[in-house]
Amino acid sequence: MPTSISLDINGRAVTIEVDDPGMPLLYALRDNLELKGPRFGCGLGQCGTCAVFLDGEPVLSCETALTKVANRKVVTLEGLGSPAKPSPVQQAFIDEQAAQCGYCLNGMIIQATALLSKTKNPTVPQIKKALADNLCRCGTHLRIIRAVQRAAQRV
Amino acid sequence: MLDFVSTRRDVLKTGGALLVTFTLAEKACTALAQSGARRKTVASDEVDGFLSLDAEGQVTVYTGKVDLGTGLCTALTQIAAEELDVPLDRVRLIQGDTALTPDQGPTWGSLSIQIGGMRIRQAAATARKALVEMAAGHLGVSATELRIENGTIRGGGKSISFAGLVGGRTFSMKIDNDAPVKDPASYTIVGKSAPRLDIPPKATGRFTYMQDFRVTGMLHGRVIRPLAIGASLESVDESSVAGVPGFLKVVREGNFLGVVATTEWGAVQAARKLKATWSKWAGLPERAQIWEHVRATSVNGDEVTSNVGNSLKALGDAPKRIAATYDFALQTHGSIGPSCAVVEINDGAVTCWSASQATHRLRRQLAAMMDVSLDNVHCLYIEGSGCYGRNGHEDAAGDAALLSRAVGGRPVRVQWMRADEHGWDPKGPPILIDMRAGVDDKGRVMAWESESFVPEDGLGPVPLIAATLAGVPATPITEPYRYNFPNVMASNSAIPYTFPNIKTVAHLLAEAPFRWSWIRSPGRMQNTFANECFIDELAAFVGADPLHFRLRHLNDPRGAELLRRLAVLAQWENRPSPRKDSKGDVVSGRGMSYVKYDMVRTYVGAVAEIEVDRRTGEIRVERFLVAHDCGQIINPDGVKGQIEGNIIQTVSRTLKEEVLFDRSAVTSLHWATYPILTFPEVPDVIIELIDRPNEKPWGVGEPAATIVPSAISNAVFDAIGVRLRSVPFTVAKVLMAIERH
Repeated sequence: MPTSISLDINGRAVTIEVDDPGMPLLYALRDNLELKGPRFGCGLGQCGTCAVFLDGEPVLSCETALTKVANRKVVTLEGLGSPAKPSPVQQAFIDEQAAQCGYCLNGMIIQATALLSKTKNPTVPQIKKALADNLCRCGTHLRIIRAVQRAAQRV
Repeated sequence: MLDFVSTRRDVLKTGGALLVTFTLAEKACTALAQSGARRKTVASDEVDGFLSLDAEGQVTVYTGKVDLGTGLCTALTQIAAEELDVPLDRVRLIQGDTALTPDQGPTWGSLSIQIGGMRIRQAAATARKALVEMAAGHLGVSATELRIENGTIRGGGKSISFAGLVGGRTFSMKIDNDAPVKDPASYTIVGKSAPRLDIPPKATGRFTYMQDFRVTGMLHGRVIRPLAIGASLESVDESSVAGVPGFLKVVREGNFLGVVATTEWGAVQAARKLKATWSKWAGLPERAQIWEHVRATSVNGDEVTSNVGNSLKALGDAPKRIAATYDFALQTHGSIGPSCAVVEINDGAVTCWSASQATHRLRRQLAAMMDVSLDNVHCLYIEGSGCYGRNGHEDAAGDAALLSRAVGGRPVRVQWMRADEHGWDPKGPPILIDMRAGVDDKGRVMAWESESFVPEDGLGPVPLIAATLAGVPATPITEPYRYNFPNVMASNSAIPYTFPNIKTVAHLLAEAPFRWSWIRSPGRMQNTFANECFIDELAAFVGADPLHFRLRHLNDPRGAELLRRLAVLAQWENRPSPRKDSKGDVVSGRGMSYVKYDMVRTYVGAVAEIEVDRRTGEIRVERFLVAHDCGQIINPDGVKGQIEGNIIQTVSRTLKEEVLFDRSAVTSLHWATYPILTFPEVPDVIIELIDRPNEKPWGVGEPAATIVPSAISNAVFDAIGVRLRSVPFTVAKVLMAIERH
């Protein structure tokens, strides 16, 4: 039986119908709400590319059951900014040209935003530690670190 | 020269294809496919194959080489805009659409600028010349008095726009290989770091990757692969998934097994719950004996890649000889996003959206597998997660095609799960290389020999998993080209150094343990690893500084200049390795490496600075200093990005990566068992670009990768006097090498 679940996504109240309320949040975001920021990478909590904010804290949406997010605030990469009005962290990634394929960027920007909300001027080792669980295969790490440093000047 | 020459021009000139309306993902650089029906040629010798100009003066470039996350779209846009003298934003790019873009072969081998981009430059130069001639006639002004500014031709007080000359109509002319290209001294766009067009949408979650692509009425599929690679499907219990919400169908063809559901989560759940029994199969070699297996594999033939003097005699006569064997592990592409494709079939016509690096080739493979005519298959490229070679995108397309056919042609999207990607994408094969050298009493190298054991060929279509499992008689449609360098795995087994006697031979193996394909710099990676370590071994053997030893044997001024600039960049200290002053458990070292890619193009030199801990066997790569000469640079920041990626990805491959398997299947099915480099382990990369605007542009996507394993190995030797000859340099191998030392 389909179940209705109310969600608060990027400041908007939405209700979706799902067959399985135990479904990971990621599938609801991507398939029911057609968001493109959070991405499927491993489904195992190993790569970080599915990250979103849940009540202000970064979580891996591939491992977060829908039942746990009802009526809580979810913010995705889209909710942080847009091409016309990017967030300071997004703008820093653009300025540093911090992407090759860019598939991992979602997790990188979510984690970097979380880091900068708590640590105003992180050192390079602090940035590396904060992003240690986020995988990038193209080898864009150095630009991502520079983007976080640049963003720290603006946030 | 690697890449291909056409052998069947008629195939390339099939007279164009009917365009129909597709709502392509709105992408910054792919742009919307044109709507409405008209014919467009995909001939690779026609200007119209690559370029069109619409009534508003918008230029559309059609490229068969695609952007795999490398920034190619931006660079090709720069090339076309420069040659046509239009602003960057007046050019849009359509890539990898078999109905619209010429077949330029797969996107591989660091050739997308060097060959693909130069074809577009020449098409644009031809168009430019034609436009000026047309304008001269139209304006009554001599062509020599005309100049082009922002897509408008001016002279004699008059002007006319490109759009006014040909807007909306075709050029209908062959590409003129003699049409003059612009003088690089006049460039305003090429050679500048134009920002990538795709990064703003990617950084804000608005970019449509293949994995995001949706069509109306789309269903979701997942595949269930055999538990052992060669196992047969014995039975399927369909009742095991009957209750899964959204479940529609189990699809079984031979050993191909998949499910289709109305929702993605339904497909995931059904694939997990489906009960299937498979026969036992244990046909893989024992992993612990992989190198004995490679050495014992039957040889189809030998390719002698260089032969100078008489190395056999010189080696026999040499008073001193050294020998070493190098090996390079099986590795996987490891894209962060698993392979994905959507296929639909309407009235027998197959449409396939995928992130394939070779849509024309995929089209031929799908036509064969589905037993339909080539005209009835249309493949469109949509950028996916970076692929670094032929990974699983084409296979996902094959999977989606079989699943779509099983549900009456309705569009089916297949996205692989992580274990599908790690377990079933084609692997980089294990490579073994024997090295020998002879030195005379004065320390002069008299002979150099190498024998590599590499799989034969390596450039043909990789069989689709779906076709193989389904047992479909997929007789391949012959490719319309032959390769100029058929045995890619043997490339760079010859050396850039001048010794009096040299023989380098590649034994071309009949098979590899796994279905295999190219991963970033296939062959060149492994051969350069062995060569550049062994040259370092020789330098140490004769007590020479590794830089000066190389320079002494390099008869190539451009390469020598690069090495000298590298020495300045790295503040290279003139002394032999290993260092004499190492103390304590953690020791630093420096190692050099050099390559002339394919022996005919891009030069790269690098110095690795590392620390190695003798107690733990851990190697920490601190810095890479890179000098890079790829001729004319199109986009300097783009080139730097590719070099950084090459270095960091290959540090990962060098230190960590090895596919694990038992006798039946791959067992390293996720990132915990196939770890890659993480942020805390990433080295700094310092780059010096040597720009040569008046030279041809060469490739950058691979060359810098090749020098990484040897630079690290040489640096470890410099630090502690221990040679690492087996990639990856895991802690266990380092400790074993220290123990044996």
